[in-house]
Amino acid sequence: MTITLNVNGRDRAVDVDSETPLLWVLRDALGLTGTKFGCGIAQCGACTVHVEGQARRSCVTPVRAVAGRAITTIEGLGDRDNLHPLQQVWLDDDVVQCGYCQAGQLMSAAALLQSNPSPSDEEIDLAMSGNICRCGTYDRIRKAIRRAATSGKGGS
Amino acid sequence: MSTTRRRFLQVSALASGGFALGVALPNPMRTLAAEASEDGAELTAFLRVHADGRIVFLSPNIEMGQGVFTSHSMIVAEELDAEIERFEARHSPVDAAYINPLFGVMGTGGSTSTPAFWMPLRRVGAAARAMLLAAAAERWNVPVAQLRTDRGRVIGPGGESLDYGELAQDAARQTPPAEPALKHPAEFRLVGKSTRRLEGPQKVTGQATFGIDLQLPGMLTAIVARPPVFGGSSRGVRNEFEILAMPGVHKIKSISSGVAVLAESYWQAKQACDRLEIDWDAGANANLSSEELYGRYEQLAQTTGAMVEDQGQAQARLQAGADSAVSATFFMPYLAHAPMEPLNATAHVRDGEAEVWAGTYMQTIDQANIAHRLGLPPQKVQLHTMLTGGAFGRRANLESDFIIDAVEAARDEGRPVKVVWTREDDIRGGKYRPLAVHRIEAALGADGMPEAWLQRVVTQSIMMGTPFEPFAVSNGVDRTSVEGAIEMPYAIPHRCIELHTPDVGVSRLWWRSVGHTHTGFAGEHFLDILARKAGQDPVEYRRKLLQGSDPRLLGVLDLAVEKAGWGQRLPEGHAHGVALRKSFSSYACQIFECSLGPDGIPVTHRVTCAVDVGIAVNPWNIEQQVQGAVVYGLTAALYGAIELEGGRVRQSNFHDYRMLRMHEMPQIEVHLVKSTESPTGIGEPGVPPVAPALANAKLALSGEPTYRLPFVQATRRS
Repeated sequence: MTITLNVNGRDRAVDVDSETPLLWVLRDALGLTGTKFGCGIAQCGACTVHVEGQARRSCVTPVRAVAGRAITTIEGLGDRDNLHPLQQVWLDDDVVQCGYCQAGQLMSAAALLQSNPSPSDEEIDLAMSGNICRCGTYDRIRKAIRRAATSGKGGS
Repeated sequence: MSTTRRRFLQVSALASGGFALGVALPNPMRTLAAEASEDGAELTAFLRVHADGRIVFLSPNIEMGQGVFTSHSMIVAEELDAEIERFEARHSPVDAAYINPLFGVMGTGGSTSTPAFWMPLRRVGAAARAMLLAAAAERWNVPVAQLRTDRGRVIGPGGESLDYGELAQDAARQTPPAEPALKHPAEFRLVGKSTRRLEGPQKVTGQATFGIDLQLPGMLTAIVARPPVFGGSSRGVRNEFEILAMPGVHKIKSISSGVAVLAESYWQAKQACDRLEIDWDAGANANLSSEELYGRYEQLAQTTGAMVEDQGQAQARLQAGADSAVSATFFMPYLAHAPMEPLNATAHVRDGEAEVWAGTYMQTIDQANIAHRLGLPPQKVQLHTMLTGGAFGRRANLESDFIIDAVEAARDEGRPVKVVWTREDDIRGGKYRPLAVHRIEAALGADGMPEAWLQRVVTQSIMMGTPFEPFAVSNGVDRTSVEGAIEMPYAIPHRCIELHTPDVGVSRLWWRSVGHTHTGFAGEHFLDILARKAGQDPVEYRRKLLQGSDPRLLGVLDLAVEKAGWGQRLPEGHAHGVALRKSFSSYACQIFECSLGPDGIPVTHRVTCAVDVGIAVNPWNIEQQVQGAVVYGLTAALYGAIELEGGRVRQSNFHDYRMLRMHEMPQIEVHLVKSTESPTGIGEPGVPPVAPALANAKLALSGEPTYRLPFVQATRRS
């Protein structure tokens, strides 16, 4: 069936089964491969996107549940000419290693700062504990979020 | 570099399938005709300089997060005398020009990238600089001796200058000098300076294309239903017509690893794969169980094994000193690598040729395996190395398992097919760090120091039955099973190391730091058990045993002790645990500060790491690799276990094969020993000290040794 999604500010019509997880609609139907597959059961956070500004695991979100709602993916968070402040801090602090989980990490961090512009360390840990990184970039992620929060720019 | 490693590097000549590939020595100075059509002038096989001054470095090593794109670009840029900001790195084609000189085939691993390419890439940079200078000398008609370079420009005698980009085309026509002059390390201005990852901008914006992100016109996605027991096979699909009628499904295909479903999208393939009804023949391994293996291995450890190292009269001393003997048996489970990006590969098999895309890094062997499977000559197989979301050893395997999946699925399809492993496929897919049991007995002298040490290692061989066997295995001993247990740096006069190599139907593979993952735990934890028995401080105990040994080991121990404040007062309920190890020619010491959590599981607050890798090419990257190694090792020590029961793997995904998460992350400090030695690798050496340092902290806190890994399950079980 045809479903209309609003992705990164654009309406996109897709012809998919309505139970298809949003992750695979983004990746396979819309070619937005920045959002990653890691586990398929909402355990790793690699597939995190925003739905109406809230962090959602797209691998367990049926596409019918988000029809017409504003979806933001890593491609819509910022681009190389117009980086989101968190992306800038991520680069300044050289956070990434393999980079595969980082879209999900950034989306979780951005949702956190949007709802809580100056989170405590515990709040950062809590918000980010759903995102696994096998390279072990946690320490740099934590510091980068703190820095973005301190500069007051994280939620833009 | 140990002789072992050197030896198996020569493997070179062999690929699986039994063909000789021929040993081609790398010739970095030549250029590749195949690449000549690309924009930009080629200065050696590794560099392409564009008219606008941008420089592309073609990396022979895969970038899997370990930072090789950046550190190797830095090495080239240093000798080329160009700013790193001009550089972009890409994977090189698969070609003899890019052979890892320590492997003899194109491949990444064994923490060899930097030691293997340090000198070749310095020469590449210096040769390219010489070619640019020669081009400028011709253009200005002045002797080269009157020219110099400065950050990407050639400067003439009158101060006139040309950018490298303006000279590139002319420089490409120059003959590269065979022995270009290299800088003295004291002149380095880039090597040793922390430098940001070159591919960072693509990775933070979702623009980096990993293997799994590849999209090609007409491409199908395939998922493979795999036998639930290792070595099992499909007898047939019962509901083929039902599955073929499902939306988007194109084909059901029997391939070597199981039953592949080819569909238009991942989700359609997944839905169909989940609905398949397959009659499985479980094969010979339907009764395998981890508990049974532990029992069998424990018994083997009581019996004499293949002699690996025999120095002095360890057995006699142990019998004579039975009163003072200390013994322990250590049990370590199978471990899956679980990189974040699930395994995947894409293949397009055309008439008489094949094109394959994969995040893989034993490319010469992959190419040969693909060719063998398709009955093609290797030169008809074009293999593209993709960026990869972690690997930890899993993506370099001698059977090219995940690539062969794609090749078989794509065969006869006339269109590209991407095979994606689910996370369950990854956790249950074998190629594990093999389960291991170690029994160690030691006799202490009157001074409390170990006089005799008998260690029996029981574990499957990683190398037997592979093309590496002739080089890694001798007298029935796979050196990777005992690396780190043999050639111990400690002054123990009577030493005997034996090995049992049971044949078990579970596939196994190198896992970040290979044999050191188990020999490091058993050896370094047992040492603390001995120190405790002797009533001595574990650091002092090690210092005594290291007298006259490799001073670089003492160097990392001293640095970690100083930075951690070993021996100073810690918060109530906290204690330190130490472990150190030389592995892959690098030196690492870690001191864990822990307290005891619920169920006696140690909670880590702070980890102080000291490493000596010789010249630190990119200190920031080394810090990241060591931090990452601590997280990787801590995850495995606390939670990591692949358990077999009835031939099946109990674990399936991240809920039961747990990963360390941010709220469990300790503070980790990394300190580098300043050195002028040639650089060595750092992908793996941070892993081996983790589990023993953690166990040693627990021993200090509770007096209880840790005989079983992982901590969490071991505690639950007992």
